[in-house]
Amino acid sequence: MSDTNIIQKIKDRFGDAVLEDHNFRGDQTVTLQKEKIVEVTRFIKDEPSLDMDYLMDLTAVDYMDRKPQRFEVVYHFYSSTLNHRVRLKIPVSEEDCLVDTLDSLYKSANWFEREVWDLYGIKFKGHPNMKRILLYEEFKGHPLRKDYPINKRQPLIGPMN
Amino acid sequence: MGLMDEAVDNVETEINNLKLNAKEALDQLGAEFSGAVYDSILTTKLGKVVGWAQKNALWPATFGLACCAIEMMAMANSRWDAARFGAEVFRASPRQADLMIVSGRVSQKMAPVLKRIYNQMPEPKWVIAMGACSSCGGIFNNYAIVQGVDRVVPVDVYVPGCPPGPEALLYGVIKLQEKILKEAGSEKARQRVA
Repeated sequence: MSDTNIIQKIKDRFGDAVLEDHNFRGDQTVTLQKEKIVEVTRFIKDEPSLDMDYLMDLTAVDYMDRKPQRFEVVYHFYSSTLNHRVRLKIPVSEEDCLVDTLDSLYKSANWFEREVWDLYGIKFKGHPNMKRILLYEEFKGHPLRKDYPINKRQPLIGPMN
Repeated sequence: MGLMDEAVDNVETEINNLKLNAKEALDQLGAEFSGAVYDSILTTKLGKVVGWAQKNALWPATFGLACCAIEMMAMANSRWDAARFGAEVFRASPRQADLMIVSGRVSQKMAPVLKRIYNQMPEPKWVIAMGACSSCGGIFNNYAIVQGVDRVVPVDVYVPGCPPGPEALLYGVIKLQEKILKEAGSEKARQRVA
């Protein structure tokens, strides 16, 4: 892993957008304002010294009652040329579950964002096909939300029940 | 004496007459072992013979869903050798199978697929729910997994375990064979094929 200080580079460019940062043995994390995510992603993708060409994972966390903003969307980027990684996080409130899509920058974001919508109910603005990906259309609710009842049962799709 | 007993007696007399006639015919031919032939004729019900044949030629459909499927494959291997019980011919097509071993957790999305495969199997057919997950949902008490495959298809034998070993599954197959033989010739067995 290279020693590039990715946090510093993001801070230099988007100082006011960075809410928090964290670095543990080269495992670098930056928490950003929700509105800046596309801008910052475009920067780390196009900047030659960062060259994040791979969106490895895009997921979400539900911090119900533990953080003022209920959700956090987490992005993991990797540079296959420079062999370094960065994690971006954006807090998302329950009232405003809408995040800008990364589909135009990374094709892999398309399905990841559908998965986050499916299981957490966070919508992505500008996504070309914002539909459920893992569960079926008849499913009500978003099961990885902490307030989804553990014993809640959905109607079976099929001839019986 | 009831009507049924009378009918049974009549049939037995008829069969004995047939056997004696056969013996006479053999005697006339001068066959050497006509007495032995007489002794070696067995009588039974057709339904029982059919059931006996069915129980010794169970053809499972290949329906591996999770880790249980590994144990199911082991059961078919030479070490446990399901062939001893006539249940080794795993069929990739449900049309050629009469036993469905549901080996693993069934997700809500898999349930209609499982139902369709079950419907594609010709009668008579049987289902073994292998392991805790397919029997009752197992550890997966959540939104994604069907809480027991008996909510989707009728189950004949439940094999407990997580996963059950090949010998446990083999025991389940033997239990199913006993069930088939016990049912053979009964109204229930007739309804299966009707």
